[in-house]
Amino acid sequence: MSASEPPKFDEMHASDGSVRDAYSGYQGWLSEQDESWMRSKSAEAEGFFRKTGITFNVYGEDDAEERLIPFDMVPRIITGGEWRRLSKGIEQRVRALNAFMHDLYHRQEIIRSGRLPERLFRNNAAWLPQMVGFTPPGGVYTHITGIDLVRTGPDDFLVLEDNARTPSGVSYMLENRETMMAMFPELFSKVKVRPVSDYPRRLAKSLAACAPANTQGNPTIAVLTPGIFNSAYYEHAFLADQMGAELVEGSDLRVVGGKVQMRTTVGFKPVDVLYRRVDDEYLDPLTFNSDSVLGVPGIMDVYRAGGITIANAPGTGVADDKAIYSFMPEIVEFYTGEKALLPNVDTWRCADPDSLKYVLDNLEELVVKEVHGSGGYGMLIGPTSSKKEIRDFRVKLENDPENYIAQPTLALSTCPIFTKKGLAPRHVDLRPFVLCSPDGVDITPGGLTRVALKKGSLVVNSSQGGGTKDSWVLDD
Amino acid sequence: MLGRVANGIFWMYRYLERAENTARLLEAGHRMTLTRGPDMANQEWISILTTLGLRKAYEAGHDEYTGVSVCDFVLRSKDNPESVLLMMERARTNGRICRSAITLEVWEALNEGWMTMCDLLARPVRSTNLNDALAVVRRASTLARGATEGSMLRNEAYNFARLGTFLERADSTVRILDVKYYLLLPSLSYVGTPLDSGQWDSVLRSLSAERAYQWLNSGEMSARSIAEFLIFDDRFPRSLVFCYSHMRDNLFQLAKLHGETGEAQEQMRAADIRLVDKSVEDIFQQGLHEFLQEFIAGNQTIASAVASDYRFTA
Repeated sequence: MSASEPPKFDEMHASDGSVRDAYSGYQGWLSEQDESWMRSKSAEAEGFFRKTGITFNVYGEDDAEERLIPFDMVPRIITGGEWRRLSKGIEQRVRALNAFMHDLYHRQEIIRSGRLPERLFRNNAAWLPQMVGFTPPGGVYTHITGIDLVRTGPDDFLVLEDNARTPSGVSYMLENRETMMAMFPELFSKVKVRPVSDYPRRLAKSLAACAPANTQGNPTIAVLTPGIFNSAYYEHAFLADQMGAELVEGSDLRVVGGKVQMRTTVGFKPVDVLYRRVDDEYLDPLTFNSDSVLGVPGIMDVYRAGGITIANAPGTGVADDKAIYSFMPEIVEFYTGEKALLPNVDTWRCADPDSLKYVLDNLEELVVKEVHGSGGYGMLIGPTSSKKEIRDFRVKLENDPENYIAQPTLALSTCPIFTKKGLAPRHVDLRPFVLCSPDGVDITPGGLTRVALKKGSLVVNSSQGGGTKDSWVLDD
Repeated sequence: MLGRVANGIFWMYRYLERAENTARLLEAGHRMTLTRGPDMANQEWISILTTLGLRKAYEAGHDEYTGVSVCDFVLRSKDNPESVLLMMERARTNGRICRSAITLEVWEALNEGWMTMCDLLARPVRSTNLNDALAVVRRASTLARGATEGSMLRNEAYNFARLGTFLERADSTVRILDVKYYLLLPSLSYVGTPLDSGQWDSVLRSLSAERAYQWLNSGEMSARSIAEFLIFDDRFPRSLVFCYSHMRDNLFQLAKLHGETGEAQEQMRAADIRLVDKSVEDIFQQGLHEFLQEFIAGNQTIASAVASDYRFTA
């Protein structure tokens, strides 16, 4: 990185080397542990994950169909006070997102008011005309949202991305905690950490509260998976199991008598709420991609007739778009009447000629991302890229500026990981999981901390060699 | 529960049982090679390959029947589409499909067993690690069965698990008997004739029945009493009658749970009658081979009735 590198914020250590408040309890415990014993624990953790089968599948790799996401055993710790401030900002953001979705598919006041250019969603493949004029049961669009946060200073948490489609990773949040508690039970008696294990129960409750109005008795919830070869299959099965819901594939479902029904051993049985982990375009071959075998023919008709709840609602992917993201401060203010409590990362929209010029002039310093990209693919991180990579990227950017946004290279906070040579700082982010229903917004304390395991790397995505950590919110 | 998931459970347990039975068969064969002369050992390996339906596939690439090469072929050869490693992999794939219907304990037993096998069988089998490899298969299956017994709700999922287990087990007992039936002598005139101890040892060991048989029939080593034991003794957990009684119980539970009986229960009842109406003398009269073939067909009819009654596929 360049010499003008801004000072980094480390979650555990202040710049003078002292341990921050959040970590004082942990440090007290850690200093009493034998180092070689800790090293043996690190190997034990991997065995634990393999045994449980917490794996993800990597596409296009023959030998290693199932991989582990590396787990680091130093927790990422947030104080109760920090969390209270964060959750206010997260709740505000998720409420605004839902209001925005409703408006976008109804009167479009935000566009009429001139705050959001119409082309942004007109050109957006995630925007679904089938959703226009339709209100999902309970008025909820994003039943589950993952808000990606980064930290740059003691009080500086920024939103990097809103995941409103089908955010994944919550099984890691849960299993990381289980692993930590299995490995270091006495640590949890010394430090009071807010539990996360009731997430599946809260998810089931939140989804049930969004069931169609005419549901008889307890709503039947099912999790729709693309199947065992999907990279997140483990998580789909895990959540279904923990919620006591059926794990279904498209071939198990059929529209019978105006309801979506699943083929059970005693015949077809109606589903009231479908937590789908299948993208919009594969959901209904009659409405979207006609080649899809993952979905259910006719489900969109049932949905629009109020016969089933689909979570998240089709068409919410608009909010995942990075050009829309750049308008989030305006969106939050427009729907809540308040300033956004959580700021965005500064973003240049390359569609705008002045911004494009700035971005092209400063490629070495910026992070450039595709508007619709995800998973850390298709992006340029200027400071760590070679001259050739920058030159190649410049061509792509000049050819299709509307497809890109740029952000400053942030000094993401670091958190120590356990290495062979002891603790070493690595960059982290945080993805809290947010449930939304007519009963309210429910945020599980903590979330998934992703960590870039390579020294100096800023890419935390598991598909790019990132790992995860247990994330603690202190009960203080 | 979903029909597709019921199918997954049923097959997960079938493959586990199949892997275990295959390992038992190989263990018996291995023991023969250690205790008997080379001719007898050769015979034994050929008979094992025949039982598994793998003789042709094996002979396509081998002209000798050494224990190590047969075991390597049966356990892990890429040329063998029915290798034990593949059976375990299929058991595990089915376990993933029905992951939310089995308990974490069952899943971990299955997954750990599979991982250990993958490690052990990553390299060719040698005589030094053969016993380890065989023991791992049996241990994985035993652990999964124990976890099933101790941790699963007694609901549909359990019934499909048990149906798969006992249907497969009955099938395997029959196939072993059928290949060895010439030892058990299909004609009545031989009933009561003492057998060569090596011959009966081979039959009984293939079913891990040698100790049990001796306990129950001290002294008498006749073809008649061995056949009767393996077919009719309801105390022996691999006998046909024992397997049937468990299949019957689980089908009955399913009928009770669903409030209706179907083709599966009907076929089970018919098969039951066919079996208990016979004496071992009737069977030898009819011909053991014919009896066993009829039994296999009956088993298949039950399996397909289960699949269609419980909507295993769309």
